[in-house]
Amino acid sequence: MTALELKGLGKSFGGLRVTRSIDLTIEPGERRLIIGPNGAGKTTLFNLITGEIRTDRGAMRLFGTDITAMASRQRAHLGLARTYQIITLFPKDTLLHNLVLSLLGLSALRWKPWSRLDRNEALLQGARDALGRVGLAHLADRRLAQTSYGERRRVEIAMALAQRPRVLLLDEPFAGLSIEERRDIQKLISAIPRDVTVVMIEHDMDVALDLADRVSVMHFGEIIVEGTRAEVVAHPRTREIYLGE
Amino acid sequence: MRRLAIAIAVFVLATVPFWVSGSFYVNVASQILIGAIFALSLNLLVGYAGLISLGHAALLGVAAYGVAIILNAGFGHVAAIIIALAATVAVTAIFAILALRTTGIGFIMITLALGQILWGLAYRWIDLTNGDNGLSASSRPAPLGISLASANAFYEATLVVFLLAVFAMAALIQSPFGASLRGTRDQPRRMTALGYDVWTIRFLTCLYSGFWSGVAGILFLYYNEFVSPHAMALSASAEVLLMVISGGSGTLLGPIAGAALVVIMKNVASAYIERWNFALGTIFVVIVLFMPEGIVPGTVRLARRLWALRKRTDIPVAESGQ
Amino acid sequence: MNLWLVLTVNSITLGGLLFLLSAGFSLIFGLMRIPNLTHGSFFMLGAYFGVSFVLWFHIDFWLASLLAALLVAALGGTIERLVLRRLAGSEQAQVLVTLGISFMVADLCLMEWTGDPISIDAPDALRGAAHVFGLAFSAYRLAIILIALLIAALLWALLDRTRLGAMIRAGVDDPEMARVCGVRVSQLFTVVFCLGAGLAGFAGMMGAPIFSVYPGLDSDMLPLALVVVILGGTGSLLGSLVGSFVIGFLYNFGQALLPELAYFVLFLPMVLILVARPQGLFGRRAP
Repeated sequence: MTALELKGLGKSFGGLRVTRSIDLTIEPGERRLIIGPNGAGKTTLFNLITGEIRTDRGAMRLFGTDITAMASRQRAHLGLARTYQIITLFPKDTLLHNLVLSLLGLSALRWKPWSRLDRNEALLQGARDALGRVGLAHLADRRLAQTSYGERRRVEIAMALAQRPRVLLLDEPFAGLSIEERRDIQKLISAIPRDVTVVMIEHDMDVALDLADRVSVMHFGEIIVEGTRAEVVAHPRTREIYLGE
Repeated sequence: MRRLAIAIAVFVLATVPFWVSGSFYVNVASQILIGAIFALSLNLLVGYAGLISLGHAALLGVAAYGVAIILNAGFGHVAAIIIALAATVAVTAIFAILALRTTGIGFIMITLALGQILWGLAYRWIDLTNGDNGLSASSRPAPLGISLASANAFYEATLVVFLLAVFAMAALIQSPFGASLRGTRDQPRRMTALGYDVWTIRFLTCLYSGFWSGVAGILFLYYNEFVSPHAMALSASAEVLLMVISGGSGTLLGPIAGAALVVIMKNVASAYIERWNFALGTIFVVIVLFMPEGIVPGTVRLARRLWALRKRTDIPVAESGQ
Repeated sequence: MNLWLVLTVNSITLGGLLFLLSAGFSLIFGLMRIPNLTHGSFFMLGAYFGVSFVLWFHIDFWLASLLAALLVAALGGTIERLVLRRLAGSEQAQVLVTLGISFMVADLCLMEWTGDPISIDAPDALRGAAHVFGLAFSAYRLAIILIALLIAALLWALLDRTRLGAMIRAGVDDPEMARVCGVRVSQLFTVVFCLGAGLAGFAGMMGAPIFSVYPGLDSDMLPLALVVVILGGTGSLLGSLVGSFVIGFLYNFGQALLPELAYFVLFLPMVLILVARPQGLFGRRAP
């Protein structure tokens, strides 16, 4: 069974075909990199997969389950998690609270209208562990607004990992980071166990290439080239797309 | 320490009739408590869900009219209260289903329109509501046989309900549901991706808010022993919204302080200021322009600044990255 | 038969007045993305100013209307620059502020003109009946219809043929893009707010011989403008025109046939439209 399967996925906004007939098959445990110049439709593809945008055509399967018409929140319950290109966390809350929200989302506890959340030891410990996995346990009580950009990127990843996803979508996890911070994120991502399938969008090839098993190159809403690292790098069309523009 | 402060506050509130001279002021205190319950209910939406409603007075009105109509039809207080609350929650459900189609400005406009529809019904459906002349209710309930006819007795009963309301809302806000709610206010998109059902969270909160607005409406009716369409007018919705934003949305104390401010201004100042609406409007404008977070947080902020100046050590917290 | 005819003409008249009122509201909403809750106040102020000019200063009706409109436009511009601009970017705050200002204006009018309704006659030339197709109609009401259509044409010309109109349309469609193209959007806001306020003030005076002026006129008219614009779409002139006539008919016939449910009949379609199609019948952007 494949982890994620897209068949003939298409989306238009008005007259503009943002996504044209995408076919994508990702195996469990795979590390897939999706690259392409700006405007290629990579983030739109992620939005289609998570359900934030409805597809016009095509079908999607997550570990065999048809998720094409499924509500976004239900896909989260099926094991789909993502990070965002622009950080959309909760700035006025502490890192701990951010992670608590992440853990709460998939728990039936989230409907309980009584009993203090800040006394729920199990949840708090889980949040601390999740922060520890990205090396931020010491900042648990710091407000997100008072952390650095690099730290917030790590929180993003911690949030997604806390959902114990089967498929993790990383949207430009290296954007805006310094060289040192990139190395930290790289280490983080390579440490993700293989029972999580990782699909990553990146704009900058150098940084992400090492992490990928297979690479898909997108341009104008389509997948132009696909293959292993070596194949894609060597492919003439890849250079065309990146250098020709 | 906090428990002590709360205990003192409750004690002070409970003994108001004893250290305040005259039933006029006790009545003002009752008005403040009723206003506070109403403002707290609205604040569930405004402060915690991030949804501004300009039609909440209609919900209070449904409850008030509900009690009056049932009482005048010859039924007892228990029946009146139950039916009124049920009706209010039902109407709130309809409000919510329609209004939650949008957020932000759209939500404001739909709630405004729905509030106007109900106001119009109260005004025009003379057979049911007696129109502009309003409905009277000549008796107050006597829980456990205690008469609430006197100002003091009514105040104490209202206080009990008020404390229940505060307790219930505090419990909700500190609960997992409360955290989910605040999450939907701050980052609805992210919350959906995390697996939360944002619409249902908002819908349930609307119902809860409507319930407490209904409670306020019932107290309102028993306090005034009268209700007219004016209680459901746009100005009434604006007034309760003012209570919320002047005190500070997003806290429990804010709407209570705001209610006190507005009610006191209305009662005491009306001796000096002829035009209440003008004052209402001016305060609205001033607060939105200069103290948008409300008086309670604004004063806290000011107090912190003054304290820091006194100590002459102002350590700015580093905000790296944006 | 006569009743229906009278109701019909009255509905078209009301539609014309509503158009004058809501065209400005629609433009403001379309451009600035806020429902201007002070709009009813502008209508009422225009009426109060206008009748004062006529009754106390003995100024000619039409001149008084124009003066009233200009005065209200100036007031609108002042509000926009002093208050709304300070809250730029925060639409919810702007809506609240317009609500607050409407309360201030309402009470100021009460203080200045007291609570008694002030009525005024139609201008001499239009008093009495006009005969069309052998039937007698109120000349003034017919005149309003013509004036409304005239102003609709002028507005359309403004939006479609002038540079200002092009900028307004660009701002309504896509304010970010408009800024990038060099449109001074904040100045445009002031201009449109003035225009909207002035139109509302003019409409108020036009309506004075029919409704007279009274405290509460603002809260009577504001919901109508709201309904028209929601129905017709924000930022759409054609939508305002169509919506105004639809509401004119609904209001008059509703009052006549179902007085108890009048408000219901008026608002329910709006709520349903808002729910099903937030951008209205003709509009392009959802509120």
